[in-house]
Amino acid sequence: MSYNIILEVEDLSLETKQHHRLVNRVSFALGKGETIGLVGESGSGKSLTLRAILGLLPRGVEKVDGTIKSDERTAMVFQDPRGALDPLCPVVKQLSEVVRFRQQVSKKAAREIALELLERLGLPDSLKTADRYPSQLSGGQCQRVVIAIALACKPSILLCDEPTTALDVTVQKQIIETISALQKELGFAMVFVTHNLAVAAAMCSKLCVMKNGEIVEQGDTLDLLQNPQDPYTQMLINSVLPVPELEGSERIWN
Amino acid sequence: MELALQVKNVSVHYGGFTALDDISLDLQQHKVLGLVGESGSGKSTLARVIAGLITPDGGEITLNSQPLLKKRSRAQRKQIQMIFQNPDASLNPKHSVRQILSEALLFHRIVDRAQVEKRCKELLAKVHIEESGLDRFPHEFSGGQRQRIAIARALSVEPSLLIADEPTSALDVSVQRSVLELFGKLKEELNLTMLFISHDLGVIHEISDTVAVMRQGRLVELNPKDRFFANPESEYSLELLSAVPRMPKPSTPGGLTT
Amino acid sequence: MKQMRIDPRLNRYGNRTSIFGRIWSTPTLLVGTFMFAVLVLLAVFIPFISPYQPSEQNLSAFLQPPSAKHWMGTDQLGRDLFTRLIYAARTDLKIMVLAEIIPFCTGLFLGMVAGYYGKWLDTVITLLTDTFIAFPFYLIVIIVAFASGAGERGIYITFILVGWIVFARVTRGLTASFRQQEWVASAQTLGLPGIRIILRHILPNVLPQAIVVLMTDMVGLLVAIVTLGYLGIGITPPTPDWGTMISDGQSFITTAWWLSAVPGFAVVYTGIALSLVGDGLADLWRKK
Repeated sequence: MSYNIILEVEDLSLETKQHHRLVNRVSFALGKGETIGLVGESGSGKSLTLRAILGLLPRGVEKVDGTIKSDERTAMVFQDPRGALDPLCPVVKQLSEVVRFRQQVSKKAAREIALELLERLGLPDSLKTADRYPSQLSGGQCQRVVIAIALACKPSILLCDEPTTALDVTVQKQIIETISALQKELGFAMVFVTHNLAVAAAMCSKLCVMKNGEIVEQGDTLDLLQNPQDPYTQMLINSVLPVPELEGSERIWN
Repeated sequence: MELALQVKNVSVHYGGFTALDDISLDLQQHKVLGLVGESGSGKSTLARVIAGLITPDGGEITLNSQPLLKKRSRAQRKQIQMIFQNPDASLNPKHSVRQILSEALLFHRIVDRAQVEKRCKELLAKVHIEESGLDRFPHEFSGGQRQRIAIARALSVEPSLLIADEPTSALDVSVQRSVLELFGKLKEELNLTMLFISHDLGVIHEISDTVAVMRQGRLVELNPKDRFFANPESEYSLELLSAVPRMPKPSTPGGLTT
Repeated sequence: MKQMRIDPRLNRYGNRTSIFGRIWSTPTLLVGTFMFAVLVLLAVFIPFISPYQPSEQNLSAFLQPPSAKHWMGTDQLGRDLFTRLIYAARTDLKIMVLAEIIPFCTGLFLGMVAGYYGKWLDTVITLLTDTFIAFPFYLIVIIVAFASGAGERGIYITFILVGWIVFARVTRGLTASFRQQEWVASAQTLGLPGIRIILRHILPNVLPQAIVVLMTDMVGLLVAIVTLGYLGIGITPPTPDWGTMISDGQSFITTAWWLSAVPGFAVVYTGIALSLVGDGLADLWRKK
């Protein structure tokens, strides 16, 4: 299979100011339209790696080694959708401002594009007529707005940091379906950070398993989950508590 | 089958908002009832009502065929203990583990003053924490360990009913598994009756005997575990179960141990 | 099942676990404590340091500039300024500390009770604080001074009346937020009575913040004591006090400016010392 690599992370190492290694020699490559998952437990460095790609490292953390090669536009979707939105600004306005500045269009056109985006993300029509603030929307609706804002940047790479962790399972399912559908339509690539292996399995074609700042194993999702080589991967897989299949049901995921 | 706890027509209103709407359910002696629901479903409110932290607006709660009134006696309070979700907030940051475990032992005179030290060590052993942890403070422990200390504290007063409100939701999956194993072991050893709350159906499947589902303050389903997971009664339970992301099936035998 | 190891890395102070190590790495606290300690030591040992008495007059040597014999010169009655300054510190610091004790305790207690129990108790206590805060502090002092006569007693009475408010407000807010924490809920389910939860569980958690507030409040109180002395309704002569010293020296401001400047500087010095201690303690407790 040949594909265009649009993001290449090579030997990325991150340290605190006190020279405490947080991420150690992480390397992976992302092809056009592909989704790569970074999975691992808390403190594994998966979110930091994502932030390094975006170029937004927290204070006191610096890149000490390695390269991140990418000429593509990136946008990020965060774990806490409410925290990512301005609570005092109506959501449509927040979105249309991003559209206006990133796509260089007039105020009116920006609003048109924004409303179209919101519709595509399955947000209710009431947003068109009445101003709604983030506090008036549910968590799932806020996350849809955040995704719309990210897509307004017309990214070739969408960076997702646990986008469904704060949401209920039924909402999680809808958001995942929405992201997948949009990806098919718009063809962006994704780096998807999650601690939930089952979500990663549903979203990603490739997985990197991270532990203590290092990638312990990476490969094709199905292959990796069915045939893990590293004991840590095996342990993670074993820790997933199974939910039995419903009687007479078709498989819903994958 | 003997009843441990009976909740009858309990309602809680906050202003115009109904947090609990006429909830009735029974807990059988020495069984685990798993309570499932999404955020805002009222499952934590129900837990707090049973634990006596919230006074319900209506209905009654009976523990071991003794009605629990608005003002509970010390002995009644002791009977029901609760484990909370957030391991960062469940222990007083200014108290050492020794203080945390011995306070209720001394206050309720559960053991002689001379026996307190020994009992604290036994409690720590029960939850698999080293004895040397006794003189340490909560911030010196990991999230999973703090949750274990919280369990030890709850067990110190020898309760008959243990309520666990999302005790593993803030923990990493591997830690979650070991804490769940601990709950399973303690349930066997101490013959506990448990009300186990979680939004994670995998966790509920692992630990429960019976499953109750709540939605918007109402109880929508109450069934034995096997029945619930294979063939749920309500539309909403079906929706919940089909929304759970599942791992891909193993292609070769022995490849996956799910 | 194996025992859980306690991860030594989780001890966030590294090898500086000891309280001394942490204090050592908080320079503001060290400097503040040092400055305040110097003043307290001088005040305690002044009878051994200075050959003069604070009210000892020597009319042949009045308004002298600083010299080896009189380190800071003398005032219009020939009293040694340095001696008076330190004896004044004795008076002012003593009043400052004593006047804070009762308000600190009542404020803390009322604040915790209001924050913990909420409902009508909270309403009553909040109403009380709002009422007292509406009266200007100096107005109350003047009224009390007229009722009980000028001097220390007026300051104590006034401060017992109004000093608790700042502590009550701070602890009420903190307690209300701790009330939501799960460790309070678990203390309740363990069957512990409310008053025990307040004293054993909440108090140790609000105390650090309250002490930091106490430090800044003491600075304010010191300024109030000095101002009252200056206005002539505080400490009454001949007891030495920085306020009366500033006011006495005012008539000679063009010829012997140090008479007013030195006690003024003493107030600033003490204020800085206590503020540094307060900041340092806040830093120290934040490091946890």
